[in-house]
Amino acid sequence: MVLRLSHLSVTRRNRPVLHGVSLSLGPGEFVGLIGPNGAGKSSLMEAALGLIPFTGTSSLAALPAERRARHAAYLPQAREIAWPVSVEDLVALGRIPWPGGGRSGADRAAVDAAIARMGLEAFRKRTALRLSGGEQNRALIARALAQDTPLLIADEPIAGLDPAQQLACLRLFRDLAAEGRTVLASIHDLGLAARFCTRLVLLADGHVLADGTADAVLRDDLLRRAFGITVRRVDTPDGPAILPV
Amino acid sequence: MRGLFAALSLLVAALVLASLLTGPAGLPAMDSLRALILGGEGPLPIVMREIRLPRAILGAAVGAGLGLTGAALQGYLRNPLAEPGLIGISGMAALGAVIAIQTGLSLMAALALPLAALAGAAVGVALLVALAGPRGGSVTLILAGVAISALAGAGTSLVLNLSPNPYAANEIVFWLMGSLADRSMLHLGLALPPMALGAALVLSTRRALDALTLGEAAAQALGLSTAALRWRLVAGTALIVGPATAVAGAIGFVGLVVPHVLRPFVGSRPSALLPASALGGAALLLAADIAVRLIVPDRDLKLGVLTAIVGAPLFLHLIWKTRSGGRV
Amino acid sequence: MRGCVPRSRVILAAAVWLAAALPAAAAPQRVVSMNLCSDQLAMMLAAPGQLISVSSLAQDPRMSPMAEQAAAHTPNHGRAEEIYLMRPDLVIAGTYTPAATVAMLRRLGIRVETPPPAESFAAIRTEITRMGALLGREAAARDLLARFDADLDAARSPSRRGRAALYYANGFTSGPETLAGAILEAAGFDNIAADYGIATTTALPMELLVMARPDRLITGAKWPGQSQGEAILDHPALAALTPDGRHVTDRDWICGTPFVTRAIRSLE
Repeated sequence: MVLRLSHLSVTRRNRPVLHGVSLSLGPGEFVGLIGPNGAGKSSLMEAALGLIPFTGTSSLAALPAERRARHAAYLPQAREIAWPVSVEDLVALGRIPWPGGGRSGADRAAVDAAIARMGLEAFRKRTALRLSGGEQNRALIARALAQDTPLLIADEPIAGLDPAQQLACLRLFRDLAAEGRTVLASIHDLGLAARFCTRLVLLADGHVLADGTADAVLRDDLLRRAFGITVRRVDTPDGPAILPV
Repeated sequence: MRGLFAALSLLVAALVLASLLTGPAGLPAMDSLRALILGGEGPLPIVMREIRLPRAILGAAVGAGLGLTGAALQGYLRNPLAEPGLIGISGMAALGAVIAIQTGLSLMAALALPLAALAGAAVGVALLVALAGPRGGSVTLILAGVAISALAGAGTSLVLNLSPNPYAANEIVFWLMGSLADRSMLHLGLALPPMALGAALVLSTRRALDALTLGEAAAQALGLSTAALRWRLVAGTALIVGPATAVAGAIGFVGLVVPHVLRPFVGSRPSALLPASALGGAALLLAADIAVRLIVPDRDLKLGVLTAIVGAPLFLHLIWKTRSGGRV
Repeated sequence: MRGCVPRSRVILAAAVWLAAALPAAAAPQRVVSMNLCSDQLAMMLAAPGQLISVSSLAQDPRMSPMAEQAAAHTPNHGRAEEIYLMRPDLVIAGTYTPAATVAMLRRLGIRVETPPPAESFAAIRTEITRMGALLGREAAARDLLARFDADLDAARSPSRRGRAALYYANGFTSGPETLAGAILEAAGFDNIAADYGIATTTALPMELLVMARPDRLITGAKWPGQSQGEAILDHPALAALTPDGRHVTDRDWICGTPFVTRAIRSLE
């Protein structure tokens, strides 16, 4: 198991947001976390990483800080770049948990590979803050890839991206899973989630409502319970299209 | 990058030499240096060793400390407007120092002076971190700084005005503007050890500050402990700014100007900016201290006057840029 | 002369009667002094009961050589209101008294005199005479003047004693055109301030003081409580310069009064 959560509960400002969630992720899985706003998706990820207080157990949060950072990379929802650093330096931040501190041969190789994979060679020396939103997002993903971890946790990675960028991002995650890594990402677009994820977890009011394949999770009754809406599902050659009505 | 550090080190060395050779007495350079190194009879070795040497070393150390803490606070708060002088940390240190002096604590034990200033600085920086922590915006930071500065300044004035000593009330200017005039080796001995400890603590946060570039959550996921970082930064800043203020008064803007000027040269990486700002701060304060002696040789022009003349317009410029939503 | 005593008695009595009768009509009867230096001259010259209040500083033994006499007077704190309520017919302030206080008292119809501080022996003589005239005590002033002249002649050092430096809080020194400078000169010392063209009281960088190599260092007295300005007097460079200690100025140095002769003798 790459990540095992059992009976995870989180309380924020005296309000319970997660009620005893149990979840296990194995290698090669791209798990899409779906659910309405406030369902507890971000809290689940932050608790799994040990960033916020919780009860229950998280195999990841139980690790010492450095080993945890070598096991899981995290892309927070807020895509923050505080200083006008170069793309290269930004990506190299992913090497902080590793012994070389960004300067060893392994570090340089990991940074180069991440930059190449995200197609950022031309932007290497450019200031990350001066890039477009999509390019910044790619640079931040490259930063997470450079961390070279078996697990990637991404909070709404495709929010705010144009359709082409959204597809590129999800394809990358699917490829990573195909290579044997594990990806856990919260996604609002149910159709895209159904197309790219190997497994979906539907979260509502801090409970796991359904966990399994797209067909098993995206059922009308479950979606009605979770979102309070009905959806029209149209199967296309490229996968299901899901329209809220 | 290595070139930058070499150039800054050379600049600091040259300015230390210039500081040693600058003074109202207009002494011949070679004789002065000989007297400094070899000693000898007469007043020249006294002037060089007891008056000019502590002033030059203290100028470099205080400047380095202010540059370093400025860069570190900016890195932690992720805000280019943070600076120990402007946001009231130096003011609180001055208040601590004044209390130690006026209660007679500093007479009972010499160490009471830097320790009290250190305590004042620690209260200031802790208040600030609590009020305007990494998630607070520029407005919170500046407003918190204004409030802390005003409180510290009022407290300092109050203590000095209550003093039975007729000179004390006139010292508000020293505590608010800072000066290196006539500091002695005694001051150096009091201030340098805690400042060195503080510098070691602050420099140990370099990688954590780099990680903070990505925001607090991402930095934590990179293995950084925010609680440990906060503790080191608060303690390190207090250890540097407290004793520095106790002996040189509150000198503003050094920690603002230096990181701002040097940031492009180090690719904006906090880890490289920290040591560069220490060197740059030393250079700036030494230059300012040479300038106050050249501009009005017979008066004790306060250092903070010069640093404010350079720094305040830059501060306004930075506020303007933040206001229009731009990044530094 | 002895034979003349009876007649001289008569003349003296007549003079006293005249002094009491003629100027008395014009002499102020309720005098308030609000300046440490005029306090002392006024206490030396005033008739009993004529001086109703002196400044509170005059009662401070650190600053005032006449603190004991001053204790017998009501102290004032230099505020227009309290002084007005004392119903004075003459207020003696100084040129450093806040202008607003002086203006307020004058607006209330009180006569206010502001004698300048005496920065030389000649100025002390002038001020003694002036105070005598203000109080209508010219004869007492003439006596005091004669005693001062004799004391000064006796206190003056007949020989030169070397170079000396005056050094106060915040690095100030006094040149020859100041009272302290005059005391130094009378005690037989050459003032190093003159080397740098300093005539009055002004800041002197410490390294210039050290380079002048004075034989004797005379520093200002320390006040209770501490100040950064006075800390300069503890600088190791000064200790290295005059290892055999130094002389500290006291209350006799502050004001231009006959007490300066004591200050001169203290430097022997």
